[in-house]
Amino acid sequence: MKIHEYQGKEILREFGVPTPRGEACFSVDEAVAAAQKLGGKVWVVKAQIHAGGRGKGGGVKVAKSPDEVRQFAGQILGMQLVTHQTGPEGQKVRRLLIEEGAQIVKELYVGMVVDRASQRVALLASSEGGMEIEEVAKHTPEKIHTVRIDPTTGLTGAEASKVARDIGIPDVANAEAVKVLQGLYRAFVEKDAMLAEINPLIVTADNRVVALDAKFNFDSNALYRRPEIVAMRDLDEEDPAEIEASKFDLSYIQLDGNIGCLVNGAGLAMATMDIIKLYGGSPANFLDVGGGATKEKVAEAFKLMLKNPELRAILVNIFGGIMKCDVIAEGVVAAAREVNLTVPLVVRLEGTNVELGKKILADSGLPIISGNDMADAAQKVVAAAKGK
Amino acid sequence: MSILINKDTKVITQGMTGKVGQFHTFHCKQYANGANCFVAGVNPKKAGEDFEGIPVYASVLDAKKATGATVSVIYVPPAGAAAAIDEAVEADLDLVICITEGVPVHDMLKTRYKMQGKRTILIGPNCPGLITPDEIKIGIMPGHIHKKGRIGVVSRSGTLTYEAVGQLSALGYGQSSCVGIGGDPINGLKHIDVLKLFNDDPETDAVIMVGEIGGTDEEECARWIKGNMKKPVVGFIAGVTAPPGKRMGHAGAIISGGQGGANEKLAVMEECGIHITRNPAEMGRTMQKVLKK
Repeated sequence: MKIHEYQGKEILREFGVPTPRGEACFSVDEAVAAAQKLGGKVWVVKAQIHAGGRGKGGGVKVAKSPDEVRQFAGQILGMQLVTHQTGPEGQKVRRLLIEEGAQIVKELYVGMVVDRASQRVALLASSEGGMEIEEVAKHTPEKIHTVRIDPTTGLTGAEASKVARDIGIPDVANAEAVKVLQGLYRAFVEKDAMLAEINPLIVTADNRVVALDAKFNFDSNALYRRPEIVAMRDLDEEDPAEIEASKFDLSYIQLDGNIGCLVNGAGLAMATMDIIKLYGGSPANFLDVGGGATKEKVAEAFKLMLKNPELRAILVNIFGGIMKCDVIAEGVVAAAREVNLTVPLVVRLEGTNVELGKKILADSGLPIISGNDMADAAQKVVAAAKGK
Repeated sequence: MSILINKDTKVITQGMTGKVGQFHTFHCKQYANGANCFVAGVNPKKAGEDFEGIPVYASVLDAKKATGATVSVIYVPPAGAAAAIDEAVEADLDLVICITEGVPVHDMLKTRYKMQGKRTILIGPNCPGLITPDEIKIGIMPGHIHKKGRIGVVSRSGTLTYEAVGQLSALGYGQSSCVGIGGDPINGLKHIDVLKLFNDDPETDAVIMVGEIGGTDEEECARWIKGNMKKPVVGFIAGVTAPPGKRMGHAGAIISGGQGGANEKLAVMEECGIHITRNPAEMGRTMQKVLKK
């Protein structure tokens, strides 16, 4: 689960990481009032959306007067901000962060990830602040310094101090940098994060070390014990179809094709998308109904897929293990009747109670196209989507 | 022979008395020699009781002492699953299979750290388990699709494993053992570990490895295969069509930073001499072609 920059900064401050003073705002008037309250002569008006690359897309502006704050806030609030992470349609800006300006002497990068290879939390740091770490990794990998952290000691003072020196933080600010890095590590572990980035981390003219940005992604498996993180969820930033799906415990991701897929198991669901593509079609979604799907869940899954105006055909691909084919078949039949199915439906069933499942489909009298195996089903649904 | 488990394996079930544990323990007990294999359950609050004639003990250590079991399978809910693994590791079992889906990643980081230097092998979490056909099934896979034979199967995904097994069985190729290693980023055995076991198993002639997007485990495994594997390997990777950065059900299946894409994985695997197919419906037939050469 992702959160906004201003929320990420709240978490950082809780762990002793300095950030510029600032306030989250939902209207132009609030933005101007916030600037006046903060005082000073320079303010930064920052669009709050979950995607990165906001500056390049025109979502971050420096204002030199309250009038400029008003002007920029007016421009940014409500705009469709397009970045390389939003897709071409962009993301509507509904929240702003108004911050005091900072005097930047150096821009650096620090991030934390769960490293699969070492099975540890890894700190990544680089002197190339403001750039995407993926780009740095591609072109100048020697500029990335990595520490794989021992969970019993946490990030030690010695490790943090060395990294700070390696990325060019001046010695007079070293102690403060250590505090920042150790704070980031504690926030990462104590809040169950999967990814945390401060980009850029800056050194100011008076040698303070300050987080100018904050990006967090949290482990959705751990949200049950992090109510304070769940409270930061912003549904406006998520796909409405995916929110709807999560209510029914369905794993759903909207894609840009026209063949809906309903599958049990994440691996088979991806493989089903792949085989549709292989036979010349294009998947409209990823949808894993999970192991314990009920009739109701299958019906909800159908409704979700049918909300997509691009939809031309549906493929149900089930390899029943825990999931029994007869339960799926009953769900498919009930859903097809309830939602008034307007597109061709291809069903492939295999595994537990498969004969029973096939009989339920055949006896339903519905125009269901039966797929004998995965390849047959995929070819049939691709043809059906093309109106053949 | 087979890898990791056989008809004489004695198994403890952690979380046997819950709804999920009861359901799968019942089916595992029914499968092949299961009635003699599933010898104990663990629940500190229900020690002394039984389920389907399987006695419940207060702890893994008690269960091990009373029955001589060397393997455990875990159905404990996510919040307690890592602690259940820790308990099995402390009891010095040979093998622990964690079926539970949704275990917090930071819990697994701590558990894997504690496992350093211990001899217990972990499979999972978030996996279907493993099976040696006609001998023993430990986990949630449908037993009836399997057939005894000489092909090893290893996969990160549950239902995609069934797909591979179903195709093999339909073509008349049985399996020596099938191992679901699970889809989580921090887990126990990786593809490479299971391939090593199959390589050394005299009753395995060839292996199907099924991977998916995310991480670089399949690439590492492929490089090992190139230098060491004495048996043919067929490979498939799910997720060629997955958009970058999106989480496709499995927490491990995130492509990020240009690593872990399906095409990159397939390219490395092909380079290393693995017989790859891009069609998930062709895993069985690809194996057939390789074996008939």
